[in-house]
Amino acid sequence: MIERINMFGRFEDDSRHILTTVDKAVNLARSHSVWYLLMGLACCSIELMQTGGPRADIDRFGSLFRATPRQSDLMIVAGTLTYKMASRLRRLYDQMAEPKYVISMGSCSNCGGPFSLSYSVVKGVDKILPVDVYLPGCPPRPEALTEALMKIQEKIRSERFFVKEF
Amino acid sequence: MEPKLKERISSALGDIALSMTEPPGLGLAVEVGPESLPDALARLKETEGLRFVQLMFQTGLDLGDRLGVVYSLYSFEINSKVSVKASVPKDDPVVPSACRIYRAADWFERETYDMFGIRFAGHRDLRRILLPEDWEGFPLRKDYVFPEGYGGIKHDREDICP
Repeated sequence: MIERINMFGRFEDDSRHILTTVDKAVNLARSHSVWYLLMGLACCSIELMQTGGPRADIDRFGSLFRATPRQSDLMIVAGTLTYKMASRLRRLYDQMAEPKYVISMGSCSNCGGPFSLSYSVVKGVDKILPVDVYLPGCPPRPEALTEALMKIQEKIRSERFFVKEF
Repeated sequence: MEPKLKERISSALGDIALSMTEPPGLGLAVEVGPESLPDALARLKETEGLRFVQLMFQTGLDLGDRLGVVYSLYSFEINSKVSVKASVPKDDPVVPSACRIYRAADWFERETYDMFGIRFAGHRDLRRILLPEDWEGFPLRKDYVFPEGYGGIKHDREDICP
């Protein structure tokens, strides 16, 4: 009998059963349906749109955009965050259901970028949100955003919810 | 700018115009007193043969001890531009509003108020347009002191969210 391992876990050639853990099965489903919130704040959102478009096409990873935080798992902060917008961004983040993830896309949302000496720009969205993946670039290419999404998927797949308590 | 047009503009404005200059690429610039600004704009807009019907842009200037306002006008009829300038003292910057003459001046003047703190008398809704309502100071003034932060968020990179 040949044993094989795939994304689910162990399965056997002559068997109709796949052995896996609930965590792995759940995480597989979760990591391939990361719906992201449309959080385009500046020019990075143009690249975000390109990433959702037919050439880069992150639909094939199961990611599609949602126009409401209540249906979103991932917030891609694409662009310059100003102080006026900061409270709104925090509120949208609070309205997302757990578990939730954040990609900080581009120099502006990482650290203020070219506006780091400005009076009105927040010097990095990590001042108001916990960020999972920092994506450098000004703006990052769609391939780079796809890579960032894959990092989020990796993170989701490594999570464990069902823990045996002693 | 052709001398004929310059003559027509100065005859339309009469003694309102304090001085006239020709900055390169900007057409004609007319300096007027702040109290006669709406009058000057109305005359440039209404006069036959001038008809500067479009307000292209309106902004402020920090001139050191004074604050300036600039209205850039354009005439489709004669295809030329003119700028109308005025200046007010910095400690009490009040200019009559032009939004009864040009509807476009409404938001331009709000932005000028937002950035320079120039108040426009007679403006129907003069409040900040870009910055938050409770922002302190006027950022495009030369003597603007940068804030430490806003709404509990500091400028420095020390207090990042865990």
